[in-house]
Amino acid sequence: MDRYIYLDHSATTPVKKEVFEFMMPYFSEKFGNPSSVYLVGRESRKAIDEARDSVANAIGAQSKEIFFTSGGSESDNWALKGVAYANKSKGNHIITSAIEHHAIHNACKYLENDGFEVTYLPVNSNGLISVDDLKEAIKPTTILISIMFANNEIGTIQPIGEIGKIAREKGIYFHTDAVQAIGNIHINVDELNIDLLSLSGHKFYGPKGIGALYIRKNVKIASFIQGGAQEKGRRAGTENVAGIVGLGKAIELAAQNVEAYNSKLLNLRNRLIKGVMERIPFVRLNGDADKRLPGNANFAFEFIEGESLLLMLDMKGIAASSGSACSSGSLDPSHVLLAIGLEHEIAHGSLRLTFGQDNTEEDVDYVLEVLTPIVDRLREMSPLYERVKRGN
Amino acid sequence: MYSEKVMDHFTNPRNVGEIENANGIGEVGNAKCGDIMKIYLKIEDDIIVDVKFKTFGCAAAVATSSMATELVKGKTIDEALRLTNKAVADALNGLPPVKMHCSNLAEEAIRAAIDDYFVKTGKISKSKTSCMGCCEKCHVEHGEE
Repeated sequence: MDRYIYLDHSATTPVKKEVFEFMMPYFSEKFGNPSSVYLVGRESRKAIDEARDSVANAIGAQSKEIFFTSGGSESDNWALKGVAYANKSKGNHIITSAIEHHAIHNACKYLENDGFEVTYLPVNSNGLISVDDLKEAIKPTTILISIMFANNEIGTIQPIGEIGKIAREKGIYFHTDAVQAIGNIHINVDELNIDLLSLSGHKFYGPKGIGALYIRKNVKIASFIQGGAQEKGRRAGTENVAGIVGLGKAIELAAQNVEAYNSKLLNLRNRLIKGVMERIPFVRLNGDADKRLPGNANFAFEFIEGESLLLMLDMKGIAASSGSACSSGSLDPSHVLLAIGLEHEIAHGSLRLTFGQDNTEEDVDYVLEVLTPIVDRLREMSPLYERVKRGN
Repeated sequence: MYSEKVMDHFTNPRNVGEIENANGIGEVGNAKCGDIMKIYLKIEDDIIVDVKFKTFGCAAAVATSSMATELVKGKTIDEALRLTNKAVADALNGLPPVKMHCSNLAEEAIRAAIDDYFVKTGKISKSKTSCMGCCEKCHVEHGEE
């Protein structure tokens, strides 16, 4: 294969070399248990404290408000279940959106089975919730609003500042799943009135299996894992020291570089969107044109199916993803694409390309060069396209 | 996840296209479910002398269409009617479990095209296709013979 172009940075990113090197000593050399009093234990403890400071600095929080977890899904589960159970006496109503990650939706389903009530706010055709809908959904029993910062599929960025303001005025906790946003967008939890925030290391060039939950001071939340005194006894278990160290380094680098990274991705993504729209007919851009993650492009190509498209791109050395049912193992296409109002058959033909640090303009041009004939070829094979060509 | 045979038939599908003067055309599936298969047959003296297909769907759908056309080409109608979803899947060295419905689709598309031929030639009064190939709607049992 001549080239390999990775365009699936929303799925995961490679660990940065500096991050990897920073983590290395914490496997064999500085292996001590952070709870131990002797030197190697103290070294691990210190490394965790520093990583916690880095995470806190990156989002404008205090270090004591950062709790390490195994990643985004755990953070989301903890935020929802922890707040729900600790505030049951105040109410049982949670507000979220129709396009959240499965970690939110399935945690909500779990809570619904346990007597909680969940409102799933609809989104418009660009994937944005309406602030008026949110205001109307609030009840005296509402204890939590959980709205994702930016969507993993279509990249739409929600009006987080406005949501935070409403939540604060009403005295309702506000959680945001910022897994896709961290590293791409500058986030300050105080400015945005965020009470809880989920983040995951591997989305910004850190290791997999490590994440964090920001919990604002005085937020009432149940512990997630009962056991020892780690993470103030709220999330017990011997710490993933190397992972935490890696997360800390990755978020420190991401925060330093967020503006340059953002404009680099924006340039690549806009070049791709412009090129695709100009060259290929019967295509639409999914998500909002402006309020979207800088590295995200998501298209729906009519008359073709996403998995076929992905495999053809893979053969040309391009790694991407799709919201098609056939790439997910279920019969339904992505809930996000259906929520923005796409017909099933159009949602099946979606393609997501997400840029990262190593991509170049040449990569974009190569994608444009190979994508056009692949789409043509699949359309020539499609009975749906045949009907359109015949004009019925 | 796919066998080499599936990938071969996906990348180099056999018999793609349309037959201008086809005397049997069958279309099954539903765009909502993510796959549609359309089969064109040219039948002379009860023998399938030519067959082409067009498919909207995943790699397994394309590969099963391609393989099904290969398996019925040059065969008699009776032989083609005995084509099973299992035979198509086996000829491709297997399909992942979630993709088995694609082989049902291929079997049904061939049957629908032959039904259409029977209707056109007055051998039966109207099409009696039992499965439209859409798994969401489908209540037809497919045999594992």
